[in-house]
Amino acid sequence: MRYAMVIDTLKCVGCSDCVVACQTENDVPIGYCRDWITETVNGAYPSIELELKSERCNHCENAPCVRCCPTGASHQLNNGIVLVTGDECIGCGACIESCPYDARYQHPDGYVDKCTFCHHRLEKGQLPACVSVCPTKCMYFGDLDNPNSEVSELLKKRKYKTLAPEAGTKPHVYYLI
Amino acid sequence: MQEELFTSGRNIPNIDPSLQIWHWPISVYLFLGGLAAGLLFFAGLITVLGKDKQYPTSVKFASIVSPIALTLGLLALFYDLTHKLYFWRLYTTIRIESPMSWGAWVLLIITPISFLWVLSYYSELFPKWKLNYKWFINLEEFLQKNRKNMALVLIPLSVVLGIYTGILLSAFNARPLWNNAILGPLFLTSGLSTGAATIILLAKSAKERHLFSKIDLVLIIIELGLIVHMLMGMYAGSEVQLEAMQLLVGGEFTLMFFGFVIILGLIVPAIMETIEIMGFKVPVAVPAILILIGGLVFRFVMVEAGQITRYLY
Amino acid sequence: MTTSRRKFIKISALGLGGVAATTSALNMFGSNSYIDELVKENVAKKFKRTPTYCEVCFWKCAAWTYTDEKGAVKKIIGNDNDPHCFGRLCPRGTGGVGMYNDEDRLKTPLIRTTVNGEETFREASWEEALDLIASKFNGIKEKYGAESLGLIKHGAPGAHLEHLYKAIGSDTIAEPAYAQCRGPRETGFALTFGSWVGSPEPTDIRDTKCLVLIGSHIGENMHNSQVQEMSDAIDNGATIITVDPRFSTAASKSTHWLAIKPATDIALMLAWMHVLIEENLYDKEYVKKYALGFKELKEHVSQYTPEWAYGITTIEPEEIRKTARAMAHAAPSVIVHPGRHVTWYGDDTQRARAMASLNALLGSWGRRGGFYFKESIKVPKYPHPAYPHPKWGWHEIGAQYPLAQMGITTEVVKASIPNPENKYPVKAWLVAGTNITKSIPNQKLLKEAIDALEFMVVIDTMPMDVTGYADVVLPECTYLERYDGIRSATNREPSIAVRVPAVPPKYDSKPTWWIAKQLGERMGVGEFFNYDDFEEVIEWQLQKMGTSLDEMKKIGVKNYPRTSGPLFLNEDETYNFPTQSGKIELYSQELKDLGFDPMPKYTKHPEPEQGFYRLNYGRAPMHTFSRTANNPNLNDLKSENNLWVNPKVARIIGLKTGQEVWLKNQDDIISSFGIKVRVTERIRWDSVYMVHGFGHKEKQLSRAYGKGINDTELISKIAVDPIMGGTGMRGNFVTILTENPHKNTEI
Repeated sequence: MRYAMVIDTLKCVGCSDCVVACQTENDVPIGYCRDWITETVNGAYPSIELELKSERCNHCENAPCVRCCPTGASHQLNNGIVLVTGDECIGCGACIESCPYDARYQHPDGYVDKCTFCHHRLEKGQLPACVSVCPTKCMYFGDLDNPNSEVSELLKKRKYKTLAPEAGTKPHVYYLI
Repeated sequence: MQEELFTSGRNIPNIDPSLQIWHWPISVYLFLGGLAAGLLFFAGLITVLGKDKQYPTSVKFASIVSPIALTLGLLALFYDLTHKLYFWRLYTTIRIESPMSWGAWVLLIITPISFLWVLSYYSELFPKWKLNYKWFINLEEFLQKNRKNMALVLIPLSVVLGIYTGILLSAFNARPLWNNAILGPLFLTSGLSTGAATIILLAKSAKERHLFSKIDLVLIIIELGLIVHMLMGMYAGSEVQLEAMQLLVGGEFTLMFFGFVIILGLIVPAIMETIEIMGFKVPVAVPAILILIGGLVFRFVMVEAGQITRYLY
Repeated sequence: MTTSRRKFIKISALGLGGVAATTSALNMFGSNSYIDELVKENVAKKFKRTPTYCEVCFWKCAAWTYTDEKGAVKKIIGNDNDPHCFGRLCPRGTGGVGMYNDEDRLKTPLIRTTVNGEETFREASWEEALDLIASKFNGIKEKYGAESLGLIKHGAPGAHLEHLYKAIGSDTIAEPAYAQCRGPRETGFALTFGSWVGSPEPTDIRDTKCLVLIGSHIGENMHNSQVQEMSDAIDNGATIITVDPRFSTAASKSTHWLAIKPATDIALMLAWMHVLIEENLYDKEYVKKYALGFKELKEHVSQYTPEWAYGITTIEPEEIRKTARAMAHAAPSVIVHPGRHVTWYGDDTQRARAMASLNALLGSWGRRGGFYFKESIKVPKYPHPAYPHPKWGWHEIGAQYPLAQMGITTEVVKASIPNPENKYPVKAWLVAGTNITKSIPNQKLLKEAIDALEFMVVIDTMPMDVTGYADVVLPECTYLERYDGIRSATNREPSIAVRVPAVPPKYDSKPTWWIAKQLGERMGVGEFFNYDDFEEVIEWQLQKMGTSLDEMKKIGVKNYPRTSGPLFLNEDETYNFPTQSGKIELYSQELKDLGFDPMPKYTKHPEPEQGFYRLNYGRAPMHTFSRTANNPNLNDLKSENNLWVNPKVARIIGLKTGQEVWLKNQDDIISSFGIKVRVTERIRWDSVYMVHGFGHKEKQLSRAYGKGINDTELISKIAVDPIMGGTGMRGNFVTILTENPHKNTEI
C-alpha cells in the first residue's frame, strides 16, 4: 500500500476549492492552509503558457521532516502517509525548515500541522476532502502499489512531473503535464 | 516574462513569503552554544595537557562563562519553541538522524558538567563566599580529583557541541544556504575562536593572552579559509545555491556578512592580534570584542538568510 | 456642494452590537491539542446533515449542511444527485460556512436617525422597523399608487418580495442580473431560436467536440456544472477555442486562443460565418430544414472576409479560417457559448445574434454536443388570491427598449429621479440580495436617484455599501438558517431541491419569507400569506409533486423523468422552433420591423486615447461579485483585486508588481481606493484588468473594507443596447495614477 495523489494540471483552473474544502474538513484555522494553488505564467503576449496546480505535503518517501524531528512526532505510516502527532510535537520548527515545499506550518495552538491525505477519511473509505470536492475532477488518489489503480494507470499513460525532485525527497504527489 | 504566484492567496504566519520560523533566540543559542563549546574545549585541553596552573583564565575564570552561556542558550531555545509544555518529549527518545535530538542529549550531559567544572574551582573563584557545608566541601574535593576525567569527557563533547551548532543548520537540504558540509567545521572553528576571544578578554597575564592570540589567529585563518571554501562550493553549485550565495555576496546580507563578519569580525582582529604578537601595544579587548560581535552577527546572518533560501520549482 | 439627504452611513458601532471573541493568535503554552483531537474525532462521528441549495451564487447547487452536536456549521458538501454540482461544490459553495460565521453580519434591524446633527443608524426591534416600513410604504401607495414602490432584487429572497409586491399591486421590479448581465444573450437567442438560453445554460459541454468561448471565462466564473463539463470535454479531447483579449484560464486550456483586439468580436464572427458559407462547411441540411433567411445571411456575410476581419480584430486570416474549419469539423457537436455577463459595448444583442447564427450554421442547437432541449418541472403555486393589476410596471418603465424581457434596473433608477415628464415616478425602493452600488454602473445617476427617494429599505445578510444608503436595514439570515422556495432546475432532466434550515438564525436575523409576510400583513394583504411558516408552503407543494418534506429532508434532491420529448432533435421529424416563424431566424423580421439591423453588423467602438487603457473586469473563481469579499474563508483566498498590467505598459509608466496605484477614468472619476499592480503577460497592452467586486467602502466589513478598487465606480460611460436596454460597460478607459490622489482628503 502506497498512497499517492495525481493532479492533472491540464484541467485545474485554480479555483481553490481544494483549499476551502480542506479548511472546513480539517478545522484549519483561517489564515492557514494545508494545501494551496500556485500559478506559473511563462512567455510573452500572445504566446503564453499558464500552469495552475494544487500543492500540498508530498508525503515523500524520503521525508526530511520525519528524519529531522527530534521527538518522533513527525512519522510515516506504512502506507506512506506522513503525519504529525500534536502532543508529541515540541514546536521546534526543524521539520518546517527541512521541507522543500513549505508544506508545514505552526498551528496557532503551537504544534506543527500539515496535510494528512485526510487519513481520517481514508479509514472510512472516503477520498481526501480536496479530491472529493474538486469541480474539475483534476485530482486523483489511490494506491501506487496496485498497478491497476487509477493513479498507477494515469502515471503509466501520461507525462508527469513531481516538484523539486532534485531535493531527493521522492515526493508522492504527481502532476500530469 | 515568467511569473509565479499563489492563486489561493497563501500567507501563513512565519512561513510566507519566506520562512521566519527560527528567530533571534536561535541565533543567540547557536552563538552561546559555540562559545561554551570553545571555552569548555580549551578548559579541557589545558587541563589534560597539565598546563592549568600556567593558564588559569582558560580553566578557571573563563569557564564561569560556559554554564551561564549554556543556560541562557537553552532558555533562548526553549523560548523559541511553540509547543513548550511538550518540551520533555525530547528526552523520551533518541533519534539518530535528527541533529536536534542528539544536540539536546549532548546539552543534557554537557550543561551539568560545565556547572560541576565551575564548582570544582569554587573556593578559588569565590574565596569570599565560603560554603562551609561538609557535603559541599566533599563534593568540591571529589570534583577536583576528577577534574582530569571531566576534561577527558569535555573535549569530545565540546567538539560535538561545536559541530552540532553547524550541523543543526546544514542538515536541511531544503535550505540551500545551510546545506553544505562546511557548516559544521565552520561553526566549530568560529565557536573555538569566540571561546579564545573570551579568554583573551578575561586573561590576566600577557603570556596567556599571547598564547590565545596565537591560537585565535590560527582559528581565524582556518575560519576564513572555510568561508572561502563554503562560498566556492556554492559558486560551483546549482541554481538554488547560487541564489543562496548571492544573498551573502550581492544581496541584502552582504553588508552584514562582509562588513561585520569578515572584515570587522575576522580580518581586523587578525591584523590587530598579529600586531600585538609582534610586540606592539594594542588594546587587547578590541579584537576580542570584535570577534565576539562578529561571531554573533555571523549566526544571525546565517539563520536569517538561510530561511530565505529554498528550492525552486 | 449640495448636501445629500440620504447621506451614506458607514454602519458604526452605534448600529451594531458586540464584537465576537477571537481566539488568541498564539497560545504560548500550547493547549491540550491531544484532547482537542479526541473531541474532534468524537464529534466527527455525530455530524447531522441537512439539505439546502447554495445561495452564494445564482447557480444554486444542492448541498448538505453538516452540523455538529453543538449546532456549529462544520462543512457544506454537494449533493451527488444534483445536476448543478454532481456532489462537488465550488469554492464559494464550500466556503458558504464563512457566510454564516462572518462576525460582521447584520445583527439587528437598523433605522436611520439623527444624533447631534449626524446621520447614523440605531438598533431597532423588528416590530418597530416593520411598522415603520409598512407605514411609509402605505403612505407612498396612497399618495402615488403602489406602482411607485420599486423592488430591486437578486437571488432566492427576491421571490418572496416579488410575491409581496405583486400582492400590493406593484410590478416595478428589476434585477441587475438582466440588463447589467445576461439580458442581451437572452434576447439575441430568443430572436434566433425562440427560446432563452436561461440558467444553467443548456450547453452539452461534456459531449462536445468543440467549445467556442467568446469572452466567456469558464473556470474563472465558477458556474459549477459548466466548469465540470469543460473538464470532461478536455478529457475527451475536445477542441477549445477561446476568443479573449486576456489570456484567461480558459484560454490556457484552449487549443486555439485568439487574442482579439477588444470590442471587435462581431467582426470575427462575421468572418467565421463567411468562411463556413464560402467553404461550404455549414450544416446544409439543418439550415435548409430549420433556418429562415440563409440567403440574406449569405449575401450579408459575403463581404466579411477573414482578411477584412484581420484589419479589425488583429487575428490572422489563416487563424480565422483554421478555427472556422475546426468548428465545422466538430459540427454539430460544437458550442459557440452564449456567455453570461454580456453587456459590453451596446451592440450586445447583435453579438448574441451573431453567436446564435453561428450555432445555427453549425447545426448545434438541439444536437448532442451542442445545445440540448432543457426541461424543468413546474412547482405548483401555493394558493393565494389573484394579484391586482398594476397600472404600470417594469415593462412600461423600460418601454423604449422594445425587446426587454425583464425589468431594466437602470431604467427603474432613472424613473426614481423626479422629472415632470416622468410618467412612472418611483418613490421608494426595497433592495434585497444585491449590492447595487457595485452592480449598477453610473454611480452619479444612482446616487441622484437614491437621494431623491422618499424611502429606501435594504434587506441583506451583510452590511454592504448599499446598506449605508437605507432608511431601514433589515438583517436577513443566511441560506443555512432558513426555508426558501423549492429550486426547480432547468436541465437535461428536471429536478427539484429544497432548502431546510440547518441551524436557527444567528443574532436577530430573519428569513425573507417572514419579512415579506410581516410586511404583507401590515399592508393589508395578509391573505396572500396564508401560512405561519414557509415550511407549510413547501410541504404543500412537495405533496403535490409526489413527494414530501420528510422524504426531501432525506434525499435533498429529487430527479424526475423528462416529459417534453427527446433531449435532442429527432432527425426524422420536423421540429417547430418557438419563434414567430417556427424556424431559426437568421434574418430577423422582428428586428427589421422595429428599425434594427435584421442581421448583425460590426460597428467600431471607441478606443482608448493615449495614456488610457480599456478597463476590463471579470470574475475570480473564489468570489461572487462583491457579496463574498468579507467571507472569512473566501477572503482568505483572495482579499483584494489586482490591476493586471502588460509588462510593456509597466515599463512605460514604471510600475512594479505589488505597487499601489489609483485609477482615473475618462470622466475624471478617481477610484476611492488604491489597487496593487500585477505585471503580467496575460493582458494586452491596450487594456487593464481587474476582478470585479472589491473596493468596499463599508467600514464594518472588517476584512473587505478599502481592499482594492470597485470597477463599477469607474464605469460612468454606458453604451446602452437599444434593443433591450442592456448597459454596455466595457467602453471605459482609465489612466494609472502612481501618487495617492486622496492624500489630503478623507474618503
